[in-house]
Amino acid sequence: MNVITLFFYLFSGVLIASAVMVVSSRNPVHAVLFLILAFVNAAGLFLLMGAEFLAMILIVVYVGAVAVLFLFVVMMLDVDFAELRQGFLQYLPIGAVISAIFFIELALVVGTWQLAPEALALRKAAAAAPVDAMNARALGRVLYTEYVYFFQAAGLILLVAMIGAIVLTLRERHGVRRQDVMRQNARGKADAMSVVTVQPGQGVTVQGVKRKDAAGQEV
Amino acid sequence: MQNLLVDYLPLVLFIGLSAVIGLALMIAPFVVAHQNPDPEKLSAYECGFNAFDDARMKFDVRFYLVAILFIIFDLEVAFLFPWAVALKDVGAFGFWSMMVFLGVLTIGFVYEWRKGALEWD
Repeated sequence: MNVITLFFYLFSGVLIASAVMVVSSRNPVHAVLFLILAFVNAAGLFLLMGAEFLAMILIVVYVGAVAVLFLFVVMMLDVDFAELRQGFLQYLPIGAVISAIFFIELALVVGTWQLAPEALALRKAAAAAPVDAMNARALGRVLYTEYVYFFQAAGLILLVAMIGAIVLTLRERHGVRRQDVMRQNARGKADAMSVVTVQPGQGVTVQGVKRKDAAGQEV
Repeated sequence: MQNLLVDYLPLVLFIGLSAVIGLALMIAPFVVAHQNPDPEKLSAYECGFNAFDDARMKFDVRFYLVAILFIIFDLEVAFLFPWAVALKDVGAFGFWSMMVFLGVLTIGFVYEWRKGALEWD
């Protein structure tokens, strides 16, 4: 058994174990942390297959960003998982029946799977694997020229996602006093101070200092 | 294939070393530290108090917005890597296709800025 086989079994073993923990762990935050472990091990498997760029993207995007988003969503939803699990035993039989049906269907589909005789040859003809260049370079050669429309579509999808997230979650907050440096610096002596002539024996009343708000109206 | 192993040997060493250090720090207290617990020692210290509430409080939705905007720009950067590596191969067309891509995302960025999505309050 060579070293690569050893690493393959290590990565896939940890991957499957952490995937089981994701679905079985009681604490949702622990589930997300196991999901991160699963991502890292999947990246290791990609690395063994020679897909280095994909492996690094998996680390950067999934571990770095998606897992954080999952954590926030888990925290935000505030789901009481203990409550959700109530009646687990009650629904166990029907759940078992449904999953057995799904499993049999899947087994039938996969068991009768047949490859067309020329499929493998076609696959190799469609995209000859570049041997001379590293992953990222081989990808870059075609992504920005040959598949430029898909690339631009990806940009548009990101734009839609950005605007959608802002439209859905951004709330205008009232009563928040923001510091406006421009207005602070533009404020002169005339706006901020006023000289009051006090008549003897009358005292002073507190006068509001006149200033302009953002719309230019005096308050 | 051996090539791959040689390339990633430093990474394996780093991960192995960090695992060893992490495990050592977790196991050492059990081995080295003197443990003689009693209820008073384990209770909250002096002016401390037991937690009133569960730590799993609801997060503000603003955290979610920050995270999703981070993902989007993260993906943008992920597209930049192969472009930067293959810039000599793709030529001017590839260069300008990336500029259009960045321009589209800059529209989103300007929208985000003007909407105040980058400000916390």
